[in-house]
Amino acid sequence: MNPRTKLILFRVLQAIPALAGVILVSFILTRMLPGDPAAYFAGPAATPESIAEIRAAMGLDRSLPVQFLHYVLDLFSGDLGNSLSTGQPVLEELARRLPASLELTFTALLLSCGIALPLGIAAAVNQGSWIDHVCRAVVTAGVSLPTFFTGIVLVYVFYYLLGWAPSPLGRLDFVYLSPPDVTGFYVIDALLDGDMETAWGAARQLILPATTLALFTLAPLARMARASMLQALSSDYIRTARAAGLREGQVIFGYAFQNAMLPVVTTLGMVFSFMLGANVLVEKVFAWPGIGSYAVEALVVSDYAAVQGFVLAMAILFVLLNLVIDILYTVVDPRTREG
Amino acid sequence: MALAENTNADKGQRGFGGHVLYVLSENPITAVAFGLFALIVIVAILGPLITPYDPLESNAARALQPPNADHWFGTDSVGRDVFSRVIIATRLDMMISVAAVALSFVVGSIVGSIAGYWGGWMDAVTGRFVDTIMAFPLFVLAMGIVAAMGNTVENIIYATAIINLPFYARVARAEVRIRREAGFAQAARLAGNTDIQVLALHIFPNALPPMMVQISLNMGWAILNAAGLSFIGLGVRPPTAEWGIMVAEGANFVVSGEWWLAFFPGLALMIAVFAFNLLGDGLRDIVDPRQRT
Repeated sequence: MNPRTKLILFRVLQAIPALAGVILVSFILTRMLPGDPAAYFAGPAATPESIAEIRAAMGLDRSLPVQFLHYVLDLFSGDLGNSLSTGQPVLEELARRLPASLELTFTALLLSCGIALPLGIAAAVNQGSWIDHVCRAVVTAGVSLPTFFTGIVLVYVFYYLLGWAPSPLGRLDFVYLSPPDVTGFYVIDALLDGDMETAWGAARQLILPATTLALFTLAPLARMARASMLQALSSDYIRTARAAGLREGQVIFGYAFQNAMLPVVTTLGMVFSFMLGANVLVEKVFAWPGIGSYAVEALVVSDYAAVQGFVLAMAILFVLLNLVIDILYTVVDPRTREG
Repeated sequence: MALAENTNADKGQRGFGGHVLYVLSENPITAVAFGLFALIVIVAILGPLITPYDPLESNAARALQPPNADHWFGTDSVGRDVFSRVIIATRLDMMISVAAVALSFVVGSIVGSIAGYWGGWMDAVTGRFVDTIMAFPLFVLAMGIVAAMGNTVENIIYATAIINLPFYARVARAEVRIRREAGFAQAARLAGNTDIQVLALHIFPNALPPMMVQISLNMGWAILNAAGLSFIGLGVRPPTAEWGIMVAEGANFVVSGEWWLAFFPGLALMIAVFAFNLLGDGLRDIVDPRQRT
């Protein structure tokens, strides 16, 4: 078998214990609900009989391993349980809201990579110059900013003071109709539909929350880009390339850049962990109708089934994202090309 | 105990105090960080003694006043003094994050040291455990833990401690592992110490400096996480003053221009996190000059 295919298969296998751990922890979390879950699910007006009935219906009268088995089987048939407040299946609701979160997250990621990578690289190439100091200031300030606070400051400046941004309420102003559903990303869908006005309206709503999230992830990416670029520039092959008389641009972009990007791809995993958490806060600030605000709404009304469904869905998403990053790394890394 | 590691000759000549002074003079920002840190600690300790108003006392007659000479940070929607509330919240915010970090430091050190010292199946089991925590987006896991265990301040502390645990366990494991077969550890073993004594009294004290750096770098993150949890309505309940919940309450007024409600608690939060992050960088310079950036 091709060594690279083998490595990718190995990566996929490696994701299985993580997935199993995530499912086990989620199971424990759903069983840790304060008090008796059956009494809780039955509501305040329940009689002992109706509680016993619900306990049997939920399978809570069986042993824990059996309950776990049922939990896993439900999960594989796509059942994350029902929301207590709306009665709707949690998975359906999450699937409906996921595109909004993904649109926000990916836009923020593009934005932050677009700024962080050039900044980090420029700082490494001109070490000790003003751009290096700017980079250091951004990195130190960036990790100290509470996401929700940055969002509120941006709303105050760009909505209240300057009036450039629309009111921070959701994905699209009331005057527009949502574009026909193709990708679930409003901006792209509206563009596909040829409706420039709606696309512009959606983009205007998107820009502040995406900037907030991007500011948050800027710091770790810029720090890593600078560090790994510095390391690449001080290595032997760069000295050799310079000694061979290659132009500086060729040295930096042809040789150092490619090697420096590998550790950056690895940090993306950690960045995603931060981002999926920060997403919840940003969605609350901007009333963004994604899965994060769904979880916050569920928390407010103590709808713990919905919250645990959200936690599990996010964890599975995160494990899969990490898998994609690992595979990407394997594909990008030239050392895995031949065994 | 520290002597065992102090092989660096020029560092030894100047002494540790001299080295600290040298690093501080080299990087004045670290001195600023120490100053900010001292300020936060003093405010947290004095708390109620230095607030000009009762942080819980509402007064409809002076609601939503912008910052002025009487109310430096303005007043909120029910007329409470924002300055007093920001001051009084320092203690609660610090308490939550110090308790959480202390808890994950203790548990993480024990778990990590055991894994690093004995290796084998213990390492495998604890490694799996830590990996499972890291397989979650950490803030989301904290949300799930608080939702499952109940919505209280103690559970915010436990949740923050759990999501910080992996970092301590990993540092402790790595630092213990590289010293497991060091000369001083072998000498202690030869002198008749048991494994636990060697680990607890000889190896672990030498692993402390990097752990201290980790604590300080982690504090800022712990404060952010705890404030984030209360921002989305977990843990601290109104009318208690806490930075995260104050920003959340103030957020509704920002769109109509009353910026001071959310701004000052947010600023306090930012300064606290900033101070701890700078302090962590400074401590790292003192502890491990090679990692200086």
